[in-house]
Amino acid sequence: MKRWMSQGWKTLAAGWLVSLIALTCMATTAQAQNLTIEINRGSDQATPIAVVPFEVSGQGSLPQDVAQIVSDDLEHSGQFSPLSRSSLVSLPSSSKDVFYDDWKRVDARYLVVGNIEPQGDQYRIQYELMDILGGKRMLGETVTSSEGNLRASAHYISDQIFEAITGIRGAFSTRIAYVSASGAGNNSRYALHIADADGYNSQQILSSDDPILSPAWSPDGKKIAYVSFESGNSAIYVQNTSSGERVRLTSFRGINGAPAWSPDGRKLAMSLSKDGQPEIYVMNLASRQLTRLTNNRAIETEPDWTPDGQSLIFTSDRSGAPQLYRMSASGGQADRITFTGSYNSDGRFSPDGKSLFMVTRDGSGYHVAKQDMDTSRVTVLTDSRWDESPSVAPNGTMVIFATQQGAQGVLGAVSSDGRASFRLPSAQGDVREPAWSPFLN
Amino acid sequence: MQMNTYAKTLAVALSLAVMAGCSSSGGTQEGDMNGTAGGTSGQGMTSGQGTSGSQMGANDQKPNVDTIYFAFDSEEIRPEFESVLDGHAQYLMANSSTNVTLQGYADERGTREYNLGLGERRAQAVEQYLTVQGVSPSQIQIVSYGEERPAVQGHTEEAYAKNRRVVFSY
Repeated sequence: MKRWMSQGWKTLAAGWLVSLIALTCMATTAQAQNLTIEINRGSDQATPIAVVPFEVSGQGSLPQDVAQIVSDDLEHSGQFSPLSRSSLVSLPSSSKDVFYDDWKRVDARYLVVGNIEPQGDQYRIQYELMDILGGKRMLGETVTSSEGNLRASAHYISDQIFEAITGIRGAFSTRIAYVSASGAGNNSRYALHIADADGYNSQQILSSDDPILSPAWSPDGKKIAYVSFESGNSAIYVQNTSSGERVRLTSFRGINGAPAWSPDGRKLAMSLSKDGQPEIYVMNLASRQLTRLTNNRAIETEPDWTPDGQSLIFTSDRSGAPQLYRMSASGGQADRITFTGSYNSDGRFSPDGKSLFMVTRDGSGYHVAKQDMDTSRVTVLTDSRWDESPSVAPNGTMVIFATQQGAQGVLGAVSSDGRASFRLPSAQGDVREPAWSPFLN
Repeated sequence: MQMNTYAKTLAVALSLAVMAGCSSSGGTQEGDMNGTAGGTSGQGMTSGQGTSGSQMGANDQKPNVDTIYFAFDSEEIRPEFESVLDGHAQYLMANSSTNVTLQGYADERGTREYNLGLGERRAQAVEQYLTVQGVSPSQIQIVSYGEERPAVQGHTEEAYAKNRRVVFSY
């Protein structure tokens, strides 16, 4: 332990290379067991948009239906309601074939058309976005994609369309990390996975017989910090998502939990109980120096940084029940910031810092709620009984969380206005602890 | 009749102790309880606890009951489990080279990280009880699993009651 603590960043870097991966514990074999998004509740204010199947020139069909992926992305943002394919009035593949009045008649507010042309082992995807009500073409672009990249290209197109219409950067090209648990007793298996934001391309990056929890993406999207019990106690690890190399950052006596990266990626806030009770600490990742921020005979955990990196919020039951508190990242007095309800925990800021998402308890269970930081007004966003672990999309439009469907742990997503909600059932047993990546491109 | 109940409790307790022994090499005895012994074993333990714990007289013998349970959101030692803890205290004092890991658990309600704290509080309450009896703190280690590795799956009060526990792992 002491040796660890005295090691500098150089050694840490070397540690990345040497890699402390316990091979018996790791299984990097990618298993395509996708999560599939099911719509739970559509928004009544979603904008109708028509996404016409992209015309494919030449013979044969594509392994991916690019227009369908775009349509699904837009629908799963909660902000659009794509017209069903059977209600499309015509199938134009370019803006010059579009008759705006036809689309006005079916109440499409926007229209997406496109065509795909194979070129060698690549595909040339041309798409256009039209504002039907405004009677004008808004966007047009040509994208070149390999066959293996077609889904990613579709997500890119969704990002462009979303931003052109809403003015908000799209988050369809991001990823999610989550934990699966299966089996019982000696056959228990835990695994950490990464998947595309729509649940596809799921890939297992760690598996263990012991619990894994609290994955957290580094701000550059290259690493994930998490808690693993593989050594017989909780310990915080940081793993490179592409190489699999990892280091054990803390393995103190007691709880090593709740890692949270500072916005600049240089520090990691965490909860450690090495001195008796769980307290909030900040570790400087370069020097490995720890600073203790709280000192209280209470459980203090689940830190999260304000987007400006100046303050931290955390859960504390110093008042007798869990509530959220805020303090300067350099320490000092902590001020309670939640007053609605008897249980508020696991707070996560929206990227603009104006909203705080958290787990709140009421008479009907544990839900994801949003607190406006200016007015302190709390809106409960979810209505299932066992909702926890909220994680906010990097553009702030959606929150992914863990919930239960029947007896199974599944992931859910809700738009940050609460209007639209989705479920992402999995074939991987119980799924929980989702973490939405930052923007990756 | 009484003998019969006692024997039954002892049998359940013994089988649990054996499982716990196996699991100290890395398994999960809670799951075993769930998987093989069935949900009733926990119940039997709870009801027969006082008798079996206090009658384990021999200090060189590991107490048979290795799990005690807690009320919701509480780390208070329930009086009916004091005899179990006394048994472990005597055993640890008589065997000063023996170490025990107290595994603290919570039910699934609430967030996972916060529940790590609740599980730890329960294990610390047991640790304090043992050290007050005279057990050396150096013999005791604490690991909180929070709501991970539940003894019993499910969203019922009954399941929760069996998951809010501290397990002695030798």
